[in-house]
Amino acid sequence: MVQLDQIDKDILNSIQLDFPVETHPFEKLGEQFGIPEDEIIERLERLSNAGAIRRIGPIINTKKTGGISTLVAAKVPENRIDEVAEIINRYTEVSHNYLRPAEYNIWFTMSAPSEARLIQILDEIKAKTGCDLINLPTKRLFKIGVKFNIR
Amino acid sequence: MDEIDTKLIKLTQDGITLTHAPFANIAKELGISEEEIVTRFENLQQSGVIRRFGASIGHRAIGITANAMCTWNVPEDKVEEVGAIMAGFSEVTHCYERPRYPDWPYNLFTMVHSYTREDCEKVAREISKATGISDYSLLFSEREFKKTGARL
Repeated sequence: MVQLDQIDKDILNSIQLDFPVETHPFEKLGEQFGIPEDEIIERLERLSNAGAIRRIGPIINTKKTGGISTLVAAKVPENRIDEVAEIINRYTEVSHNYLRPAEYNIWFTMSAPSEARLIQILDEIKAKTGCDLINLPTKRLFKIGVKFNIR
Repeated sequence: MDEIDTKLIKLTQDGITLTHAPFANIAKELGISEEEIVTRFENLQQSGVIRRFGASIGHRAIGITANAMCTWNVPEDKVEEVGAIMAGFSEVTHCYERPRYPDWPYNLFTMVHSYTREDCEKVAREISKATGISDYSLLFSEREFKKTGARL
């Protein structure tokens, strides 16, 4: 696990939502945190190399870019989990895929340019695996993932 | 969104460089100024094409390893009110209403990320108390088969 000092934590808590989109963003962060720009960059490099930061960039809203997405749950026998997960992962449209032990135990999200494509993929997965699937598209959105409280 | 916006997103969506002027090379490639890049990102955010511009956290690497999908059976006429209360919890990163099925009674979904499973369970109990919804189920992720952000 990455060891974080208080300045690292403050930076990480800040740049998830309030990254300064400016021509010289790290200089600006330096001013904000009262440390030199070079130190900001060194810290961000260290945090990136250690996996604490995946990337700094734009987070796309797939709805606005014409895509649609959904969450799907599959009922998969214990002894077929690896095989089925692998079949699901092969689709580039699948963005997240997790094992969550319960009756419906494989949970994945997909996004595609059209609903027709999503349905096609679901039908294919059903045919290839023989597993029961339920399609759980968003009916209403109350909050979308943003900030981790790092303490 | 024009062609330059699309290219700009494609050139930055995997992360900008950690350098003094991270947009300089991109500006050169697109034939626009760095200032125009800044303006374009402001517009893209305003129009909702991008949700935000910022750091994506590798939450597992920093010890936020527990993640629970809490699923709630909420009466239809309470969904709006309850969803808003759930969204107000800082530990809740996502909150959605989704359809029910004959063998799936839960219609509200919240993702809770925290340091331990016990933390997640505690948050779920607090949400239950705050909303009065007692029929819920916590599904912890035991394995991650795939995780990628949305890309253009």
